[in-house]
Amino acid sequence: MSRSITAEEVSQIPQSGGTNYINAEQGVWSWLTTVDHKRIALMYLVSTLIAFLMGGFFALLLRFELLHPGKDLLDAKGYNQAFTLHGAVMVFLFVIPSTPAVLGNFLLPIMLGAKDVAFPKLNLLSLYLYWTGALFTLSSLVTSGLDTGWTFYVPFSTAVSDTSVIAVTFGVFILGFSSILTGLNFIVTVHKLRAPGITWYRLPLFCWGIYATSLVQVLATPVLAITLLLLIFEKVAQIGIFNPKLGGDPVLYQHFFWFYSHPAVYIMILPGMAIISDVIAVHSHRRIFGYKAIAFSSVAIALIGFLVWGHHMFTSGQSELASAIFSFLTFFVAIPSGIKVFNWTSTMWRGSIAWNTPMFYGMSFLFLFTIGGLTGLFLGTLNVDLHLHDTYFVVAHFHYVMMGGSVIAFLAGLFHWWPKMTGRMYNDSLGKLSCVIVFIGFNMTFFTQFFLGSRGMPRRYYTYLDQFQPLHAFSTYGSWVLGLGLILGLVTLLASLKSGARAPSNPWGAKSLEWETQSPPITENFKRTPLVTHGPYDYDTTEDK
Amino acid sequence: MSSATALSAEQAPSGERSPDFHVGHHWDSADSQFEAGRMGVWLFLVTEILFFGGLFCAFFVFRSWYFDSFVEAHSHLDWHMGAVNTVVLIFSSLTMALAVRSAQTNNKARTVQMLVVTLVCAAIFLVVKYFEYSHKIHDGLLPGGLFHATGFVTDHPQMFFSVYFMMTGVHGLHVVIGMGLMLWILIRANRGEFSQRYYAPVEGVGLYWHLVDLVWIYLFPLLYLVG
Repeated sequence: MSRSITAEEVSQIPQSGGTNYINAEQGVWSWLTTVDHKRIALMYLVSTLIAFLMGGFFALLLRFELLHPGKDLLDAKGYNQAFTLHGAVMVFLFVIPSTPAVLGNFLLPIMLGAKDVAFPKLNLLSLYLYWTGALFTLSSLVTSGLDTGWTFYVPFSTAVSDTSVIAVTFGVFILGFSSILTGLNFIVTVHKLRAPGITWYRLPLFCWGIYATSLVQVLATPVLAITLLLLIFEKVAQIGIFNPKLGGDPVLYQHFFWFYSHPAVYIMILPGMAIISDVIAVHSHRRIFGYKAIAFSSVAIALIGFLVWGHHMFTSGQSELASAIFSFLTFFVAIPSGIKVFNWTSTMWRGSIAWNTPMFYGMSFLFLFTIGGLTGLFLGTLNVDLHLHDTYFVVAHFHYVMMGGSVIAFLAGLFHWWPKMTGRMYNDSLGKLSCVIVFIGFNMTFFTQFFLGSRGMPRRYYTYLDQFQPLHAFSTYGSWVLGLGLILGLVTLLASLKSGARAPSNPWGAKSLEWETQSPPITENFKRTPLVTHGPYDYDTTEDK
Repeated sequence: MSSATALSAEQAPSGERSPDFHVGHHWDSADSQFEAGRMGVWLFLVTEILFFGGLFCAFFVFRSWYFDSFVEAHSHLDWHMGAVNTVVLIFSSLTMALAVRSAQTNNKARTVQMLVVTLVCAAIFLVVKYFEYSHKIHDGLLPGGLFHATGFVTDHPQMFFSVYFMMTGVHGLHVVIGMGLMLWILIRANRGEFSQRYYAPVEGVGLYWHLVDLVWIYLFPLLYLVG
């Protein structure tokens, strides 16, 4: 493999089989006290995948209940609890931390040529906060559950629900701190720990995406913290800020909540976009098209994303003028996403595309995210939203963005960097098969829901009119296919740990810095601080195009 | 604050390689580590402003809705006590700044002295706050549903006290946390850990303390003076 890019000394790293970050120290204690960003990333990976399985279990439960009208497995109360835990676990314990805390943690310092993140101990603290928050959140499973939906809307959560609202909101409050500290750590890392020669425009686009995500994490999450604190005080001390009986305002809660939670949607999708930029460029062996456009569109999404929260409240009684402005801004924030999609597509033009598993997932992302993004515009249109709001159309839309976008991108990234993280190659055919099954299952499950929603099926009901039964059943069968595909993907990865071939340092012929060090990397990432003299996507300038 | 920043740039051994002095293995020099730490603290302060921002937002919403109640309710706060606390906090910001300055100039005794004075000021603030709170509780001037004072002619005085107790309560919690942090650097300063080459923790806690002070400088006029 040609190594035209690195300084001599960087390529003199011993090949796989020797010491690396995984076997550098032994024992559970060495993991629990580590400050190595790569080990912390692996612990996040295991934790978030457990959360993903748990959230997935609830999802299958929900779909099973919806196979027929009336009660199959869960009654109304059980169904409310299941969709609430599905949402809360998926959003707060899986999607938000998945890409930044797993892949970001692992890759950001290596891509920058650094030995670690700026504040390694803070990084470990973030992980412990994540675990603590997860404990509080999941404690609801063994106490009285939770039935408010993941949005904890008042006055239901404060005055009606008798479930473990306080424990879960306190858990999410703590998870927020974990998220803030990770974001803060990454921002400082990108500013202060770039190796010599890595200018801002030589950052892999993954770093730009993670950087933009971190900005949102730092700026939005504190607002969620104060909102949840007010909610907790409402329950324990009748503080009344959100209670209309005392003069408070429940709509204020929605404003506060979505001021965080809409940007949080970008916390979930920006890292996915970050991954796709790298995956598509590497597997197309092509210089990324429109580097600066992709980089700045990430920052633009992060900033404009703060101004669109009102589109969650078109029917909550906000003024028509406010709704019109939020509708305009919602269309506006779609532009940078569109820029990205066009640039990714253009990158593949005349590339020599290697159809590896990550590229399969990358293509899945392009299709699914585009559908998710475009249906978002339906919902951002005021009069159409009156018909579609709180229907399965919304459910389908955000699953296309959150799962078809973020989760599929996370899988693309996981398959892309798995050889680097673990030092093992997985079975590529099985990986591709898993992607195809996931793609089919996903569309069966969720494309159906666009029809359900546009025909008036409301979300969050455990039963429905008979006329919806065929579509609901089809969606449920799709969820089984989807589950099978995901399990196959997971098995493919796990099997590689046992029987996979040893990964070379650069299996994809990529040009960015993380592929210059051995797989898996040593604890310090590089023997010496690398000197970088080229961009991360300089494919056209070398002989191995 | 800004003078301390300028000073550190002069006095820190910039440019040349510093000796291995509290430098993590992933930094090329003590300077870059110091700058990164400072940037981290500033980013943390940004999150604090957004955290309090939610409460300020609630304050302005309810003040515009229930203006008469806010005017009536705020007259039940004792602005003398608020003023005393304002003076105490501003003075403590000065002594905190002097503590940072003393750490930068290797003056251990002065650093310890100034930190002790700052701690005492923080304690005075909390004592005054305690008297204010107990007076309010005694009169039934409590937030939201707990409010049971009588004699009000407007409808929503409880909303003023909701906002008042949340804002001053969260601020008071920050004062308590600040005292913990000061105690921590006080012990370290007393051990002689800080010098012109390494004073980042003192400066970080100092910046935090100035923010706590700054928040109060907004709370005092909004709650006590204009209502």
